[in-house]
Amino acid sequence: MKTLATLFKNNIREYGMLIALIAVMIFFQVVTKGILFKPVNITNLVLQNSSIITMALGMLLIIVSGWIDLSVGSVVAVVGALAGVLMVRYHFDWMVTVGICLLVGAAIGAFQGFWVSYVKIPAFITTLAGMLIFRGLTFVLLQGESVGPFPTGFQKISSGFIPDVFNYPGFHLTTIIIGLILSGLLIFLDLRGRQNQQKYGFEVTPFYFFILKNVVITGAVMGLCYLMASYKGIPNVLVLLFLLIAFYTFITSQSVIGRRIYAMGGNEKAAKLSGVNTTRLLFYTFINMGVLAALAGLIVTARLNSATPNAGDGMELDVIAACFIGGASASGGVGKVIGAVVGAFLVGVLNNGMSIMGVGIDWQKVVKGLVLLAAVFFDVYNKNKS
Amino acid sequence: MSDVILEMRNITKTFPGVKALDNVNFSVHQGEIHALVGENGAGKSTLMKVLSGVYPHGTYSGDIYFLGNECRFRDISESEEVGLVIIHQELALVPYLSIAENMFLGNERANNGIIDWNEQISKTKELLDKVGLHESPNTLITDMGVGKQQLVEIAKALAKKVKLLILDEPTASLNESDSEKLLDLLLQFKKNGISSILISHKLSEVNKIADAITILRDGGTIETLDCHKDRITEDRIIRGMVGRDLTHRFPPRESVVGDVIFEVRDWNAYHPIHEDRKTSTNVNINVRKGEVVGISGLMGAGRTELAMSIFGHSYGTRISGKAYKNGKEIDISTIDKAITNGIAYATEDRKVFGLVLIQEIKDNITLANLEAVSDGGFVINEPKEMAATSGYRDKLNIKCSSIRQLAVNLSGGNQQKVVLSKWLFANPDILILDEPTRGIDVGAKYEIYTIINRLASEGKGIIMISSELPEILGVCDRIYVMREGKVVGEMPAKEASQESIMKCIMTQQEVVA
Repeated sequence: MKTLATLFKNNIREYGMLIALIAVMIFFQVVTKGILFKPVNITNLVLQNSSIITMALGMLLIIVSGWIDLSVGSVVAVVGALAGVLMVRYHFDWMVTVGICLLVGAAIGAFQGFWVSYVKIPAFITTLAGMLIFRGLTFVLLQGESVGPFPTGFQKISSGFIPDVFNYPGFHLTTIIIGLILSGLLIFLDLRGRQNQQKYGFEVTPFYFFILKNVVITGAVMGLCYLMASYKGIPNVLVLLFLLIAFYTFITSQSVIGRRIYAMGGNEKAAKLSGVNTTRLLFYTFINMGVLAALAGLIVTARLNSATPNAGDGMELDVIAACFIGGASASGGVGKVIGAVVGAFLVGVLNNGMSIMGVGIDWQKVVKGLVLLAAVFFDVYNKNKS
Repeated sequence: MSDVILEMRNITKTFPGVKALDNVNFSVHQGEIHALVGENGAGKSTLMKVLSGVYPHGTYSGDIYFLGNECRFRDISESEEVGLVIIHQELALVPYLSIAENMFLGNERANNGIIDWNEQISKTKELLDKVGLHESPNTLITDMGVGKQQLVEIAKALAKKVKLLILDEPTASLNESDSEKLLDLLLQFKKNGISSILISHKLSEVNKIADAITILRDGGTIETLDCHKDRITEDRIIRGMVGRDLTHRFPPRESVVGDVIFEVRDWNAYHPIHEDRKTSTNVNINVRKGEVVGISGLMGAGRTELAMSIFGHSYGTRISGKAYKNGKEIDISTIDKAITNGIAYATEDRKVFGLVLIQEIKDNITLANLEAVSDGGFVINEPKEMAATSGYRDKLNIKCSSIRQLAVNLSGGNQQKVVLSKWLFANPDILILDEPTRGIDVGAKYEIYTIINRLASEGKGIIMISSELPEILGVCDRIYVMREGKVVGEMPAKEASQESIMKCIMTQQEVVA
């Protein structure tokens, strides 16, 4: 039996990040005099950060592979511009537009993946070029001006909420029920995983810790649902996010392709000599990143209800920071989906909290930079100590 | 005989699990060329690293006296300060800097941090003249051949006021005339009072210029021969290098050899970067069911290059030749196809090519055959994976706290077992094992040999590359000898001896070179 202290010590990275997130949230809750946790602000927080989280999922795989993608902010812009031009100038149906945009995202990913994996140009250079190319194309497409507004159906991607089947006035009951189902599912999955581990004689965390962990998670899920229920319920985009996070958690932890990506990032030569087609795998990883960046572009455009030439500017830095804050290693092979999500939330809460406080964009950048440095220092320090 | 300038007394150096040097005594006299010979892994390079401070004082036991003073070097710069300069086999020159820049790297002729180029270039010219290299000091290293680069290294040593020059296989990558020039240079240095230690596998050149020869074997000094007192033959040296007790180091084996299971014919391959250099030339080898075939040869003989070019063309370019399994031609042009055709290659370099060190043991074992533990080839079935990998842990006796332990935390022997497990899990018919016991202790070696025997008795064909002659003789049924990318000998293990193999390796070298 391990004590709580040693348990914490062994998983200091994962728990440390979560504790940092909670601490930051409490801090802003206090200094903003309760605004942070107001239902409307929590909903806004999710809406604002959905694009960052979406891209962090793809970026995590790129970083685990041992590379980086600097172009995602520009891809967000060019895809948004394309969507705007198609819907507003050419009156395409919004669903067709979404399909086309995701395909274009895949093509952009394939373009960059081709140079990185087949021609072996370092991703830093390839995607730096991509960053310029796609930003430039955005200006070309939009001819320097903003395009909008969009059909309601398209706007609903970001600004819509799931319908309430109960129609209880002032409170979104469906949200609470979904929250309960979700909590039950998480507890069930955790329990099953635990039993599996015990079956193979692995050391598991003590039972009281298991209870404690699930109480905290259930509390967080239900708290979030309660806050949202008191506003307009669960936003559509949160449903999308949840599905994406679940999918990528599954891919990274349970699938053959995920295992191979980690092996490739951990030791490319060994993976290659074990029959992994690393060239093709890296190519696919970039295509995946392109699709997710396109999706983020659609989310951003739908939320702003206009396509602007400067959309997504600097977003790549928030995305990359989210992955590194979440514990991914710059040398590849290490990183978790849930870490990247927590990292993205931390960046999001910092942005949101400081904006409420009235901190200027200048100082916001300074603080975010310092947080990134501190998180990675924490990693390096722990590694050297062990 | 003149005065002793270097004396190393009772040097012992251990690595985790291995005793690399065991009470070695070694001394060099003023103005002599002293050759240091021994098999791969005998401890020559380790001894020189102890001497030059690569392994700092305190990491070994024993005493070093140079010019009468006791030396306790903490790093290379301290040994260079007293005039001990080592030139490694892999040259330590910066390719995109000029000769002059390399010559004084870290030791620039400068005033207040500003380089005095006139001084530096004229000094460089002077030094280049001394070693007989007629090149402009502004020539980039990358534009010169290996032979000339070697001379630059030596000139660099002269710049450091060298008193004892140590050369680790200086002629290994040189052609005949460049080697000749280099050896003449050493003789000339000798006249000027600079002593040298020469590590070499080429016994002909050792015989030609050495004043004394010290033979190392298994980390111990065997003997020091005085070349002026007796007439030393190459056979005499070889006997010293290999003579050792063979009993009880290898598990007994009844070999039941069947039909030819795998064969390559007319195999040719070229170096991936220097595309005109051939790494394999007209190689024909085969292995039978239940047979263990050894490939012997020195480092750089092209054994690993051959094995990797066969395994899915993972090394080299312009590969040609045919591969047959059970008499039928097979396509092994990618690693994937090679694995599908039942070929496995366990690398000599576990850490770089064999393992994903930051991953768990179980992840490493299943990496080459994830399909076998996944549902529909997509979702990993964790219970299945646990069961399969736990099986290998027990069967191969991998010592670990759990199969979820990270590979990086295992000892060399256990890491090797993980690599073997990975390939056994891919269920091959032909296993190519490249130096399967390198850097692991005697007990673990015995276990590896037992596993090899078991695999052979299951009817697999095994090709084992090894630099250790006793191992080749103790484990294999048949032996190929390779040199410079060619198979230069083939013999049944029963008829072979360490002397006969070593002779095949060494004497061919003179005949052909």
